[in-house]
Amino acid sequence: MKQIIIWMLVVLLGVVAFAVLALSQGESINALWLIVAAVTTYAIAYRFYAKFIVTRVMELNDRRLTPAERHNDGLDYVPTHKWVLFGHHFAAIAGAGPLIGPVLAAQMGYLPGTLWILVGVVFAGAVQDAMILFASTRRDGRSLGEIIRMEMGNTAGLIGMLGILAIVVILLAVLGMVVVKALAGSPWGVFTLLATVPIALLMGIYSRWFRPGKVGEISVIGFVLLMLALFYGNTVANDTQWGPLLTLKAETLATGLIVYGFTAAVLPVWLLLAPRDYLSTFLKIGTILALAVGIIFVAPPLHMRAVTHFVDGSGPVFAGSLFPFLFITIACGSVSGFHALVASGTTPKMLERESHIQLIGYGAMLMESFVAVMALIAACVLEPGVYFALNSPAAVIGKTVEEAAAVINTWGFVVTPDMLAQMAKDVGEASILSRTGGAPTFAVGMSKILADMTGGNHMMAFWYHFAILFEALFILTTLDAGTRVCRFLIQDLLGTALPALADTRSWPANILATALAVSAWGWFLYQGVTDPFGGINSLWALFGIANQMLAGMALMLATVILVRMKKIRFVWVTAIPAGWILLVTLTAGWQKIFSPDARIGFLSHAGKFSVALSQQKILAPAKTLEQMQRVVFNDYVDACMAGIFIAVVICMLVFAWRAILQAYRHPAVTVNESLVVWRAGHAWREEAVWHE
Amino acid sequence: MSNEWLQQAGVVLRLVSRTVRLMVGVGDYEQYVAHMQSHHPDAIAMSEKEYFRYCQSARYPGKDGSIKRCPC
Repeated sequence: MKQIIIWMLVVLLGVVAFAVLALSQGESINALWLIVAAVTTYAIAYRFYAKFIVTRVMELNDRRLTPAERHNDGLDYVPTHKWVLFGHHFAAIAGAGPLIGPVLAAQMGYLPGTLWILVGVVFAGAVQDAMILFASTRRDGRSLGEIIRMEMGNTAGLIGMLGILAIVVILLAVLGMVVVKALAGSPWGVFTLLATVPIALLMGIYSRWFRPGKVGEISVIGFVLLMLALFYGNTVANDTQWGPLLTLKAETLATGLIVYGFTAAVLPVWLLLAPRDYLSTFLKIGTILALAVGIIFVAPPLHMRAVTHFVDGSGPVFAGSLFPFLFITIACGSVSGFHALVASGTTPKMLERESHIQLIGYGAMLMESFVAVMALIAACVLEPGVYFALNSPAAVIGKTVEEAAAVINTWGFVVTPDMLAQMAKDVGEASILSRTGGAPTFAVGMSKILADMTGGNHMMAFWYHFAILFEALFILTTLDAGTRVCRFLIQDLLGTALPALADTRSWPANILATALAVSAWGWFLYQGVTDPFGGINSLWALFGIANQMLAGMALMLATVILVRMKKIRFVWVTAIPAGWILLVTLTAGWQKIFSPDARIGFLSHAGKFSVALSQQKILAPAKTLEQMQRVVFNDYVDACMAGIFIAVVICMLVFAWRAILQAYRHPAVTVNESLVVWRAGHAWREEAVWHE
Repeated sequence: MSNEWLQQAGVVLRLVSRTVRLMVGVGDYEQYVAHMQSHHPDAIAMSEKEYFRYCQSARYPGKDGSIKRCPC
């Protein structure tokens, strides 16, 4: 009875919060309402929907031994305490994505983004994570690729692998682009990021030779050095010699990143990748906690409108209307395909009991979604005029604060040149105009919240560069790790033609595959950086399509598994989100290629520029005919990428449909789970087997 | 009473420390040693240094090209 009353109150509170969010017209509302709406949604979803999925759909059974128990080797397969594994899994799924997508989506107002983050995570994202964790746990902790091969056939597995390779390439390019956009013309940011390299090397050598295994100790040393670099970065940036030297153009930064990516990926992991990983993981968790405390403590008002007129697709941040583009712009935070890879990685090998899937699979994704909500808040606490100045390409708003303010005022958002100049001064940058890519906006929003908490505007510059450092550090780690992933995938593929190239220990094969991987993402990065339209515009859409495509694959796989288990009654749990994701991805992909609107469709954009080229005319913002040609060529390549993603989705749909029909017609259960081993009667304990 | 409380705090602290280490892929060495002693008493367990290196090489992209951490 008491429980019922408590849950009724939770529901009531949630309803009130949503009503406030949706009904506020014209006046700014407090960010806490958004937090309340999110947290009540998560609580209800976790208690009722997740519970339903684990008890009725999956029928988890704690008497069934998990892979960790059956194959316990003390190394990879280790039964791990529920909350320890939760932390591990959350750290593995939380990345830079949920901090970027929601920021871009804020151009449509806070309401559309919030609703998609919450509905998406409850019915699609968290369901996907939990289902794949469940599938992998029932298959000895096998990876997504292997499970696809087992349940849908070898060809499906191969296509899936190609899809993953294409996604990683686009992702690395887009993340590199976020770093470039945040650091171009920012000597302070460049200095701190450069400083991370020697700091990481020092940490790597220290923990390899002097104190192996002392993760905490070395991370504290690294963190202190990093904060010193951050603190003195301002002095270096203002130095008459160093300042101009570190004020880099976007092209220079892009080249630098490409060279860095190659060098880092061929070095041994312990030297650079591992120590960077420590710093970025802990910094990420710390930043998330700090932001949560900041939002609750400061309770900032949201200045963005609930819904802006840009829902019609005319917005400057990304082109395209609410459907389908909002749903691919916010991928991570509501549903992220990559989690299917993580959930079939190390986590299922450490699961102590099947019932922990509810907390670790479903619960951790709710946490990630909460991070996305906080990023949305960080973007919406800014004055809308400032937000649009940060996120609109220079081709739209011009290069001076006067021009920018004039253009943004015509959109109906009040902003003065002084406000823009003052904001740049507050965060210690020369300019905040057209710092697209989401990271700078998040950094400005976060610095505003944290400066309010820690005492005034003079702290803003520090917090701004802290946030930029944290995102850049994280992304550089990803570039390194992602290049390695690509390298192994490429070696695998090349190996089918020339077996010598598959040898991962051979240096020439290693160098060749790494070079191929780096040039693939490097090409997209450089193309994006030199794109007069800003690059994020087209690349983020491609990334969103790709990530959702992967999620679609995972949800289709989950549907196949449910049919094979003869759980026809519950097939909607994964089939409906899979259908929605497919609809969104295919529509978005189609529009990105064929839309007659040159702002959206790659082909019509290419057509427009080709026509002008044939008449020897130059279209702004291109400045030369050569630039025009490049624009046309890039458009065709981007259209091809979108085409590949569509093709992969459709192939997987065909394979999934075949597997579903086959399993449906078969009279018996056809699922390929590992042998069931029951916990012996007398050894059956309610308590965890984890020993203290 | 206060002794019990201290003990509880110690357990929590150990859990937090394990979580933090596992977040970057470094498992619990003591648990590994306990496992080796109870299951393979005649085998020689890795030293703490070897164990740490094993964890490091297992975490980052390896032969199978698997992705252990969400890149986005």
